[in-house]
Amino acid sequence: MRILFRLAPYLQALPLTAILVVFIGIPLTAVVTVSFWDYDDFDLYPDFILFNYIELFTSELTYRLYLATITNALLVWAITLVIGFTVSYFLVFHVKVLLWQIALFLLCTVPFWTSNIIRMISWIPFLGRNGMFNQALMAAGITDEPLDFLLFSDFAVILTYVHLFTLFMIVPIFNSMARIDPALLEAAVDAGAKPWRVVWEVIVPLSKTGIALGSIFVIALVMGDFFVVRIMSGGQSGSVVSAMSNEIALLQYPPAAASAVVLIIIVALMIAAILRLVDVRKELST
Amino acid sequence: MADDDKTVNHDTGVPTKRIGRRSVLKGAAAVAGTAAGSGAITGFPTIWAQNIRDITLLHLGSSYSAIIDIARQATEDLGFTVEMQNSFGDALVNRVATQPNSVDIAELEFWAVRRVYPRGEMRGIDVNRVNQWNNMVPIFTQGTYPDGSQVSRQGTAPFEVQYATGEDTGEFADGPTGWATTIPTVYNADTLGIRPDVIDRPIETWSELLNPEFAGRSAIVDIPSIGIMDAAMAIESRGDITYGDKGNMTREEIDQTVDILIELKRAGHFRAFWSTFDESVNLMASGEVVIQSMWSPAVTAVRTQGINCEYVPLREGYRGWGAGLGLMGHLDGLKLDAAYEYVNWYLSGWQGGFIAKQGYYSAVPETARQFLTEDEWNYWYEGQVAQGDILDPYGNLMETAGNARDGGAFWERMGNIACWNTVMDENRYMVRKWNEFIAA
Repeated sequence: MRILFRLAPYLQALPLTAILVVFIGIPLTAVVTVSFWDYDDFDLYPDFILFNYIELFTSELTYRLYLATITNALLVWAITLVIGFTVSYFLVFHVKVLLWQIALFLLCTVPFWTSNIIRMISWIPFLGRNGMFNQALMAAGITDEPLDFLLFSDFAVILTYVHLFTLFMIVPIFNSMARIDPALLEAAVDAGAKPWRVVWEVIVPLSKTGIALGSIFVIALVMGDFFVVRIMSGGQSGSVVSAMSNEIALLQYPPAAASAVVLIIIVALMIAAILRLVDVRKELST
Repeated sequence: MADDDKTVNHDTGVPTKRIGRRSVLKGAAAVAGTAAGSGAITGFPTIWAQNIRDITLLHLGSSYSAIIDIARQATEDLGFTVEMQNSFGDALVNRVATQPNSVDIAELEFWAVRRVYPRGEMRGIDVNRVNQWNNMVPIFTQGTYPDGSQVSRQGTAPFEVQYATGEDTGEFADGPTGWATTIPTVYNADTLGIRPDVIDRPIETWSELLNPEFAGRSAIVDIPSIGIMDAAMAIESRGDITYGDKGNMTREEIDQTVDILIELKRAGHFRAFWSTFDESVNLMASGEVVIQSMWSPAVTAVRTQGINCEYVPLREGYRGWGAGLGLMGHLDGLKLDAAYEYVNWYLSGWQGGFIAKQGYYSAVPETARQFLTEDEWNYWYEGQVAQGDILDPYGNLMETAGNARDGGAFWERMGNIACWNTVMDENRYMVRKWNEFIAA
């Protein structure tokens, strides 16, 4: 009985440990291990060589792809942050009736009832050269000929990302804003703060947790994507993961693994930086 | 071409009647059974009679050729079970190379044969046991056209990887031997697809793919080994580079090719790079693109949407490709016999007729002909105007009456191959450069 008592905390921790080991520990170890292996057309050879990393870091392509991917991530982050914050602000502070708040919030999630792929693909006929948008522009006399930059371009990629990922920003920000005590806002106004100052000095700091969580979602999603880039750029742009997917298609697992390890480290650093600015755990517990 | 083939046919006295494999086997089984019952023979024939039903052959191929309907028909005709699985490109090659025992019949494209066969996991096929071997199109068996002229050797020409030095040597032979590496099945000639309703002038050379007139309205396939060859056809046609062998470029040639492509891309010449069949169809049908790399069935798919699309014959010739059935080395005894039966069934016409209706060619056109109507044969193989609507094997419309196949008759198309699909010696370098092009 006593032994069982002493074991209890370990037993309680066991399920989570098991899940982490099986679904994160083992695959990650495998990826790191394989990244040092040698390979040829058909076989992998267990080894410890740095060749895969050397090739990765000496290729100009790697830097170009990281630049493109990080640029995308930052752009999408900035746009989704502005939209997410504004939408949440409106829902929490302008919609007074709780029922309406919930109804409008649910409305934001409606597009998510379909799959990501459908939401992405549906832009293609809309933005195409003979698509609805171009035809509307021409019919309205705004443009004389179709705008080609709308589809198969970086514009299309960013637009799709924003469309797909904004909800990941709205939900956590909405959640933190909803916890703000309205009395604090009244106090700020009573103390003579103008509306902008209330937003900047009261609401933003108190929504920090939500902003941080939303940012982690959006940045991690964009950094790890290749499908949206490939489809919406018409195959004309690459991302870090698209290079990886090409290598996997050619069954070159070790360089793909090396590339994955580097990407994991970079994304982890980005998330660590966000968490340094905002202590999510502390804020969540209050 | 039918005239040529007919001659061959008469010379070799190939039966023009359909052969029911099942009845042949049933007969054999019955004879064996009687023999066993009389106690005259023991052993093998009895096993054959009893166990033939229990045999299962696993055929691994690509989605365009390993079609479940073919497996069903084979199973019905042969009396043993044929199962099919699909894979694609490098994944297929890898499975055959690294898990050879998980496959019985490997259907490989010729470039893949070049990579896999030397691994020694596949068996040389005794051509004397292949009924139709002598009626095969000579592109495969002789590396020549019927008039004796040589087929292009750029890229992986089928003939280069057609013969092995023995049954279990895993070595290619330079010329005909009694051992085949694979039995050719499906092949075709690829070219550019265009929108003739938008481009109202004739398109006659590959260089048109790079013509500034189509800036922002052209596309190429984003499968490096094929895309670079389409690009090379166009670049050579434009006169920028004369390649030693487009199918096996030097590093310098790869650099030059990719530099030209990057320059074009930066100038906005390409609208997109497609990697799936559907994407190529949508690009063309939506009007985003008016000239691009295409597969033959994709052109048909655009046309069935009521949009005019032409698989245009070009002066420099076609990019050829093809696949063949290989027998894995682990097959033996009854299973090996069954594999030979399957190969013979495959060439006996049903499969050839089936894939002909999708626009592909059979290695023994005369047998395929028996499974096509005269109108179908004239349309697909003779390049003649269709009298009635041409349907695919599932009854979908492929071509309306009054039209002829783009590029014309069999020999007009297959007789003009400039280069074959391949994997270059510098493949890894090429793929890296191609990725740079895509990311540029």
